[in-house]
Amino acid sequence: MSGYNFAYLDEQTKRMIRRAILKAVAIPGHQVPFGGREMPLPYGWGTGGIQVTAAILGPSDVLKVIDQGADDTTNAVSIRRFFARTAGIETTTHTADASVIQTRHRIPETPLRADQIIVYQVPLPEPLAKLEQSRAETRQMHALAEYGLMHVKLYEDIARYGHISISYDYPVMVNGRYLMSPSPIPAFDTPKMHRMAALQLFGAGREKRIYAIPPHTDVKPLDFDDHPFRLTRAPQACGLCGARDSYLDEVVMDDRGGRLFVCSDTDYCAGRQSMRQDEDAAA
Amino acid sequence: MSEHLLSATGLHLSFGAIWALDGVDATLWPGEVLAVVGESGSGKTTLLHVLSGRSAPDAGLVAYRDTEGVAHNVHAMPAPQLRALHRSDWGFVHQNPRDALRMEVSAGGNVGERLMAQGARHYGVIRESAIDWLRQVEISPSRIDDMPHTFSGGMLQRLQIARTLATHPRLVFMDEPTGGLDVSVQARLLDLIRTLVARLGIAVVLVTHDIAVARLLADRILVMRHGRVVEGGLTDQVLDDPQHPYTQLLVSSVLQA
Amino acid sequence: MAYVAVKGGERAIDAAHDWLARARRGDRSLPEIGTAQIASQLGRAVDRVMAEGSCYDPDLAALAIKQAQGDLIEAAFLLRAYRTTLPRFAHSEPVETDAMLLRRRISAIYKDLPGGQVLGPTYDYTHRLLDFALAAESLEVTPLPLAAASSEDTPRVTALLDQEGLIEPSGVSTEAEPGDLTRDALAFPAERDVRLQSLARGDEGFLLALGYSTQRGYGNNHPFVGEIRVGEVAVELVPPELGFPITIGTITLTECEMVNQFSGSKTEPPQFTRGYGLCFGHSERRAMGMALVDRAMRAEELGENATAPAQDIEFVLSHCDNIEATGFVEHLKLPHYVDFQSELETIRRMRATATAATVATETEA
Repeated sequence: MSGYNFAYLDEQTKRMIRRAILKAVAIPGHQVPFGGREMPLPYGWGTGGIQVTAAILGPSDVLKVIDQGADDTTNAVSIRRFFARTAGIETTTHTADASVIQTRHRIPETPLRADQIIVYQVPLPEPLAKLEQSRAETRQMHALAEYGLMHVKLYEDIARYGHISISYDYPVMVNGRYLMSPSPIPAFDTPKMHRMAALQLFGAGREKRIYAIPPHTDVKPLDFDDHPFRLTRAPQACGLCGARDSYLDEVVMDDRGGRLFVCSDTDYCAGRQSMRQDEDAAA
Repeated sequence: MSEHLLSATGLHLSFGAIWALDGVDATLWPGEVLAVVGESGSGKTTLLHVLSGRSAPDAGLVAYRDTEGVAHNVHAMPAPQLRALHRSDWGFVHQNPRDALRMEVSAGGNVGERLMAQGARHYGVIRESAIDWLRQVEISPSRIDDMPHTFSGGMLQRLQIARTLATHPRLVFMDEPTGGLDVSVQARLLDLIRTLVARLGIAVVLVTHDIAVARLLADRILVMRHGRVVEGGLTDQVLDDPQHPYTQLLVSSVLQA
Repeated sequence: MAYVAVKGGERAIDAAHDWLARARRGDRSLPEIGTAQIASQLGRAVDRVMAEGSCYDPDLAALAIKQAQGDLIEAAFLLRAYRTTLPRFAHSEPVETDAMLLRRRISAIYKDLPGGQVLGPTYDYTHRLLDFALAAESLEVTPLPLAAASSEDTPRVTALLDQEGLIEPSGVSTEAEPGDLTRDALAFPAERDVRLQSLARGDEGFLLALGYSTQRGYGNNHPFVGEIRVGEVAVELVPPELGFPITIGTITLTECEMVNQFSGSKTEPPQFTRGYGLCFGHSERRAMGMALVDRAMRAEELGENATAPAQDIEFVLSHCDNIEATGFVEHLKLPHYVDFQSELETIRRMRATATAATVATETEA
């Protein structure tokens, strides 16, 4: 792609984004405004994640891009191609081989290492947005750590349904100080964030906010002492690889209620399947 | 003699050419109810807002003595500290309960919010506390999960009181708490306020245009007119034997029941 | 039937792009549209794309319109994305609309005034009858003879009101640096400079609807069109090597000054208040909508009760950029099945609990 800088953004813009990232890392969970630019992909389709990735990529990086846990969903393909074209870097579908992983709505099943960075695409960075529409007011609430309203919402859930009904984008407390939206990952993935060895970066392009969780930071889902956060998942096993510990997608097989459950993390599933094949071949 | 809980000296506040507060002093002792009465435009509501830190005076001092006995200049306090005070040791009961309640949150959630804001993290305990407070304001605990829009005006006001008292404040500001309610509902609410305040030992600054409310609830009374306190003292003394002509006018204009 | 995991996303995207290119070209027996034709004959579309794309370049805007198959928001997005790649090496001087070479200039508040009412090329008094003669492309238009350029002085209408002290000052601040919406994230409270920048690139339909709402009573501020000007202005910048301004080109602008509800009281002499609109190209609808919404957003500043949607600054500015809006609305087409799966599990669990509770009470009865 001639005429464009490495990874599309000019160096000034990358520097501006990196300054925001450094600030974010220094204040875990705090939303840092940044002068986000229009990108060749639309707002809402990953421009924040793309800007963060573009700012941190170097020529020797290996990039993995997933959407809904899969490498082959159309938007993941589109973003991976964008970086292949504008940065010429190596790309991969193997979590273990990647140095930077850009993701929409899932954390890979394979635990991440200290030499990896995960970049989350965030649609709505403000965890209080649905309870308080004014950003001027939510800024005050974060500054003063006034988070009672979020607990009221959880209280209401328990009063109405008997348990907390938030199933994705579960609000978390980062480093005991800031309330944060982890992005719309399923509640199932939330515990993976706690004391993760890898650096976690979050980019919201349309809302123009960057935030971060440095490695080995406490990330606790909000709950009550007598209604603790509970991991729930489908009782089935993956129909392709047999996994019982991964997040499963429900695939509609027919219109008579036929369903198949398969791992959402395509790399994880493929890895398990090839291991099984090797075992079968050896036997 | 115990020390003042709240004291104000030399308060001045003007809006353009009008002096809403023209040299006002006031004191409040722990556990006492002070009524500020006057017609609309007398400055009584402005005084309430200045005492509670919501409006800044042009001149004068408002001092609050906390639980440790330390005196604070209310208008020199950093905003976070004042906000925290309003959520814990202080309360503010609005004339219109809809100004204070969250209408999209259940009764229990409304009562429990201040507790949760202070770090309460046990659902069962918060709920028990909410049930207890609903009983104390004579709302049936079966209504704990109901939405405020299903409550009558009187019930909403009692819910606001429960929400305000949940953190056991030492000082509550009340702005015409019975305004807009019909007479029988008013009477019941006044009775409730009187009982709760006495039982919990809460100090109250109460603004009202209604002398009868002041007589029923207040230990001491300040009479305001055109931004000035024209008379003050023990409620029964002032109302039975008013000295200032304006107070005499106010008292005589109350219809004898 | 064994389940095979879905693959082939790359091939699907390539095929989709190919089909799109065919759809864009349309019927190949017809001549391809030229960008020069678009720039020349669909000028209002080009103007809208330049305004919302926030980039003055009629040729690029025409190209974007061709590439987007006439979808003007998509075209504005193309232009905005291109804009991101352009380096910024200077600021221009503020443009002098006082010195505008006027093609059109009207005022609704005076019957006649210095400079006169110049109608210019306007649709205002056309009868909206479809002209079928235009469908045949070889129509020869015999233009009327051109008048000599007027050298009459055309003072700003608001300046005339200002001479009598009847209108508030225009609020020009010469010390502070204006905010830069293109560089810094919008933060609230937002001052007027950033608000105007936001409106200038805002969606024309949104501005129109909000402006309309104020007229119908949602924050009415009694607007009058003080002046609308359409014409060319010079763009100047001061190169550091020279130290004096040079003209680098001219652009077409539309400017609208509204004269609104007066403020003041028995003790403060009342003055009319202002609403301001300015945009690239010829778009009165945009400039007028912008002026109405600008004035509405000043409600709190002017001591008015701000309860209407057009007066809610955070609401207006958060939702006026149609490129942000279309991105987020259309992103709902992206896969959301992982989160939906979580919702399915939650709802199934809750239904199971509710059903079990009903069964339990029924067996008790």
